[in-house]
Amino acid sequence: MHFFDDPHIDFAPQPGQGAPIWCGEAPSGFALRHFAESVRRGGGRIAAIWGTDCRRTGEGFHLHCVFGCDPGHLWVGLDLPADAPHYPDLAELFAAANRMQRTTRDMVGIATEGGDQRPWLRHGGWPAGWYPLRHDAGDPPEFANRPTDYDFVKLGGEGAHEIPVGPIHAGIIEPGHFRFSVVGERVLKLEQRLGYQHKGVERLFGGADLARGAQLVGRVSGDSSCAYAWAYADAVESACGAAPPPRALALRALMLERERVANHLGDLGALGNDAAFAFGLTQFLRLKEDWVRLNAKVFGHRFLFDRIVPGGVAVDVDAAALNAIVEQCAAMEPAVKALRALYDEHAGLQDRFVTTGTIDRDLAQELSLSGMAARATGVLLDGRAHRQGYTPPPPYAALGVRPATDERGDVAARVAVRFDEVFESLRLLRLLAVGMPAGETRVEPAPLPGGRGLGVIEGWRGEVIVGVELDGEGRLARVHPHDPSWQAWLALEFAVLKDIVPDFPLINKSFNLSYSGVDL
Amino acid sequence: MISVSGLIGQVFAIALALLLAPLLAGWVGQCRAWLQSRSAPPLLLPYYMLHKLFNKDVVLAHGASSLFRAAPFIIFGCMVLACAIVPTLSTDLPFAPAADALALVGVFGLARIFIALAGMDVGTSFGTLGGRREMLVGFLAEPALLMVFFTLAMIAQSTSLPTIVETLAHRELVIYPSLAFAGVAFTFVSLAENARVPVDNPATHLELTMIHEAMILEYSGRHLALIEWAASLKLYAYSCLGLALFFPWGIAPGDDFLALVAAIPLLVLKLAIGGFLLAGIETVNAKMRIFRAPEFLGTAFMLAVLGLLVRLLLEARV
Repeated sequence: MHFFDDPHIDFAPQPGQGAPIWCGEAPSGFALRHFAESVRRGGGRIAAIWGTDCRRTGEGFHLHCVFGCDPGHLWVGLDLPADAPHYPDLAELFAAANRMQRTTRDMVGIATEGGDQRPWLRHGGWPAGWYPLRHDAGDPPEFANRPTDYDFVKLGGEGAHEIPVGPIHAGIIEPGHFRFSVVGERVLKLEQRLGYQHKGVERLFGGADLARGAQLVGRVSGDSSCAYAWAYADAVESACGAAPPPRALALRALMLERERVANHLGDLGALGNDAAFAFGLTQFLRLKEDWVRLNAKVFGHRFLFDRIVPGGVAVDVDAAALNAIVEQCAAMEPAVKALRALYDEHAGLQDRFVTTGTIDRDLAQELSLSGMAARATGVLLDGRAHRQGYTPPPPYAALGVRPATDERGDVAARVAVRFDEVFESLRLLRLLAVGMPAGETRVEPAPLPGGRGLGVIEGWRGEVIVGVELDGEGRLARVHPHDPSWQAWLALEFAVLKDIVPDFPLINKSFNLSYSGVDL
Repeated sequence: MISVSGLIGQVFAIALALLLAPLLAGWVGQCRAWLQSRSAPPLLLPYYMLHKLFNKDVVLAHGASSLFRAAPFIIFGCMVLACAIVPTLSTDLPFAPAADALALVGVFGLARIFIALAGMDVGTSFGTLGGRREMLVGFLAEPALLMVFFTLAMIAQSTSLPTIVETLAHRELVIYPSLAFAGVAFTFVSLAENARVPVDNPATHLELTMIHEAMILEYSGRHLALIEWAASLKLYAYSCLGLALFFPWGIAPGDDFLALVAAIPLLVLKLAIGGFLLAGIETVNAKMRIFRAPEFLGTAFMLAVLGLLVRLLLEARV
């Protein structure tokens, strides 16, 4: 079948129980570019880009592009010759593609024709010609210890100057460099430089077995462990033709929603703290602590690491545990409601939140933004909820998820969406716990040599995408985990434009993006 | 005329300031933790901190000039002098003629200029950022503080702090409505000058939002210890000033040695209550946008002017 009336690429639905995905191959770079233009015209977005070195099997390189559209996700492949691995620049159409393309070049050595050729993940001592994801890359060479020479965009003019911030910050947070161009306190431009958390996680997947891959993927960005593990499991199950039992799916959703609530609670407290309202932080942290302690009690891990595995889940819960979850939801709701009233009625806090860090709906779509930040601009995009032409994967299809949206697009909107999502997740948790199907919790997927699959899960931050390719022996050949932060980091650069320097930490916290998830 | 008891009282007041100031900071920190339903850090934490910092080596930035090294001593000296001028225990202060209320504003101003210059000296963007924000707050806070002092000076017919305090404390009880305006204005100014919520956040780790902390980011070792100590002395000086001006009861007059001794527990009690109230203000408020600070301090200035007008129009029938 065809999408966006584009005749060049023929799509076939991906088998499996996960989110709706269609796979297709672009016959040429021109066709890919043409299709991307059609997607853009049709209101779609770029979801992920990565590359694979297939030269071992004699096929050159392979480029993967995932586009998001109303019915689901379109996974487009493009074969590239081994001697000239180039493809058309998509960043002209989708600004968010810029960093993904540069990372693909740094990691695999397949580059765009024209466009931004600055390195992204490749810092200082990393030699320019060494691509770690090529199968003949070998062990990392000795890296010279030298500073990064990175070409920041410079602004001139009367009184304009730069404030470099990070990668080492005054607090204990992840490292990232922010280059502000300012006049006085007014932000003229923000340019980010990430990659300080690069740890070669994609390389570690190569040759690993499925279970090892599940462990690794859950650690790409620890705050979204469940979302990654589920997306990976979806991809593997699709690649191997395995179908997890209904009880496993319900338990996965249970854990994913608990992860969402835990993160929202922590961030809502941190948002208060960043406006010097430390009272909010201590109250929310107490609630979050109660929450993750029950995680430890019921599932055996505070942050639910390694609970979701290909084929199902690694833990089963008994009726008493489900009852404890229902009771905790009942206790949590009034507590969060009281704190929401406190936040909503606090004049000083609202003065900091309202109109700060605004991005409007058009900009959110232009930047291919997904998840909580997109919904806070009024974009009705939630992989768990029904929308026109889209049916969410089980068990969400039967739950009737009500997506939380807000039109304002500012910090206050992101706070409001987080609150709404907490309440909605509490409702879903009760539905899931009460209606938990009986039966098996796991099937063992048999690795299918040469199989491939894609998984998309609506994590708390946005859509987490994991692409999996198996080699001839049924081991992992290539796994690409894609964090929603790729798109949202770019949105943050725009969100801060109308604001002043001291408002940046608050705006940043309202997104609370992952460094680890994009530094890979 | 310098009396022996006056000298004793003066030395005693300075020693007490040096000792009590970190304790006050520790107390405010404790109260804040309790009000946020956290378990509190030890009361003596600031002393441990000073001890630690004095025993650490100083790391100097490459671009640091002698100004950067001298500034902590100058700032510390300014704050000690301020604590010597403010009548904390007794109004018989031999140092007092050296500087009146207006000069006290100047002493604080001098310390501010040096800390801002020191922040800019090493050339990091945060120091400059903090320095210019500090000057923004300072140039708005100073006129408001001066207006408060003018109101009080009109009541006492003198700008000398001991005379003002003696007038307010030891005359027959007269209610001055102007004092209420001046008191609120003084509270606003104190919050801004001491880098407290809602103007600044002393507990923040967000370098982009800092005012006071941004200027001292490059300091370490004994320099940082002196600056931290000076900051707590400043809080102590402002607290004692507020207490002396608006709650002056119990401060020993002239050369009454017994009253001087009796004034100590009363001062500690008043500081404890004041510290608790400060922690309360910091708990219920969020930090305002930096461009709201002019409105906040403008309000303080207007209130101080109102106090002055009330004094001129309603009370001045002498």
